[in-house]
Amino acid sequence: MNAPRTAWLFLTPALLVLGVFFLLPVIGALGLSLTDYDLYALADIHNLRFVALHNYGALLQRPLFWSALGHTVYFVAVGVPLSMVTSLGAALLLNSPLARCKPFFRTALFAPVVTTVVAVAVIWRYLFNTRYGIANFVLGHLGLHPIDWLGDPHWAMPAIILFAVWKNFGYNMIIFLAGLQAIPPELYEAARIDGASAWRQLRHITLPLLAPTLLMVSILTVAGYFQLFAEPYVMTEGGPLQSTTSVLYLMYDEGFQWWNLGEASAVAFLLFVIMFAVTAVMLRLARRSASFEGDAA
Amino acid sequence: MSPRLARALIHGLLIGGTLVALFPLLWMLSVSFMPPGAASALPPPLWPAHATLGNYRLLFLRAGMGRYLLNSLLVASAITLLSLACNLMAGYAFAKLRFAGRERLFRALLGALVIPAQVAMLPLFLLLKTIGLVDSYAGVIMPAMASVFGIFLVRQYARGIPDELLEAARLDGAGEWRIFSQIVLPLLKPVMVTLAIFSFLAAWNDFMWPLIVLTGQGHYTLPLGLASLAREHAQDTELMMAGSVITVLPVLLLFLAMQRYYLEGLLLGSVKG
Repeated sequence: MNAPRTAWLFLTPALLVLGVFFLLPVIGALGLSLTDYDLYALADIHNLRFVALHNYGALLQRPLFWSALGHTVYFVAVGVPLSMVTSLGAALLLNSPLARCKPFFRTALFAPVVTTVVAVAVIWRYLFNTRYGIANFVLGHLGLHPIDWLGDPHWAMPAIILFAVWKNFGYNMIIFLAGLQAIPPELYEAARIDGASAWRQLRHITLPLLAPTLLMVSILTVAGYFQLFAEPYVMTEGGPLQSTTSVLYLMYDEGFQWWNLGEASAVAFLLFVIMFAVTAVMLRLARRSASFEGDAA
Repeated sequence: MSPRLARALIHGLLIGGTLVALFPLLWMLSVSFMPPGAASALPPPLWPAHATLGNYRLLFLRAGMGRYLLNSLLVASAITLLSLACNLMAGYAFAKLRFAGRERLFRALLGALVIPAQVAMLPLFLLLKTIGLVDSYAGVIMPAMASVFGIFLVRQYARGIPDELLEAARLDGAGEWRIFSQIVLPLLKPVMVTLAIFSFLAAWNDFMWPLIVLTGQGHYTLPLGLASLAREHAQDTELMMAGSVITVLPVLLLFLAMQRYYLEGLLLGSVKG
């Protein structure tokens, strides 16, 4: 048996780092969000006042907060399903017994995940260029009109979503692939003998058995997509007409461009509460539908 | 559908997907060798008519890209080494050492994962300002010296170490530190490699926190340098593609070389709960 003292010695460095640089600031953020910490307080702490929930009340009445939340929800609501379907499709292709050269395809499809968001966002900014970009060149060949991808408030967010799906789908693809490989091949064997089509095999074997993975992946992806920041920062600077200003972009802007640290902390906390609520509801719904299916069976 | 048709369809889709995944990266590489202005033409050129290293020369000689590259290497390496030390010790303690409240503390750490890192950023900035670490390497490195994800990964792996091995060493009179460094660490080598790649890639690619804490260009990492160049040189496609190559190539190569470990870690880390 080891002495408990040893265990604590081993834990100390990590707990110290997490405590000082994460736990303490998180508690601090709650406190900060109840004050009017701004440029004046930054210069002289005596200008700091306690304002209770005023920041939250003011935010909830600010159109910019609601539009930033709207853009973020748009990004999550369209981006997450699109990215998951792409990941699942790619994983199904890679898992097919007919496919060859799987390691090559897997690596190639995964490559965008490890790239630096800023660098690839810069690339995509040029691919989306109205005059010389490849995106419009391809559209032209399909007989479609060019799109002002990053300059048109209606198209900027779809462009960012396309970029995000390209960048991220490989990550979930790997997780789905592992999930698919865990499904016993005998099940498909039996289904084939019963004459089930590929589509019915997908509906009645693959998807139900993959359900726990799908749930976990969708919750993690939703949480990740809520943290939209670098993409609009590099590709559109939150524009045009603030159509790609996300909640985190607003937090960064308020906090580090205007030094309204109190209000920015309130933004951060609201985002946290919203993310928590959304993922909790997802978990709840998934559990309920799972228990319904259990009852029906 | 006949098997031949199905096979053709599957490979068609795989090749199409691969083209979409790789095209932007290959295009970046190709354009980075084009002389200024050459990429802005119709139809968009896919290949440099006259390949040149001029963009790279300009970036290193005039735009300070060499400095950013060194900064990135320094910051990412320091974070990798320090976080490896902290996470290995803590993960081992959670897996193999006994103390009161172990499971509760570990669950609390996992629970903290629901809090997005950005919530901590504003007070963290004020904290680092108070102790004078804003605009320093330490300001980027120190908050990343331990991570719940890393501790979790090590714990998962370390749980596979047989208790008898450790008890036998204790009976032989080996100290806890010797047990850790001479018995446990060699056994944890695979997860060390995995964690090192993860930490390095995450540190290299990180953007928001360095953007906040690094206020002067002298300490900029590559993503920051690239983002600020991209705002100045929005029209210089070829120059920016060379900058992107410098930023992306090191991590892409690292991934290609260590792919197996990276993908294993990804799966190990995703089996939460």
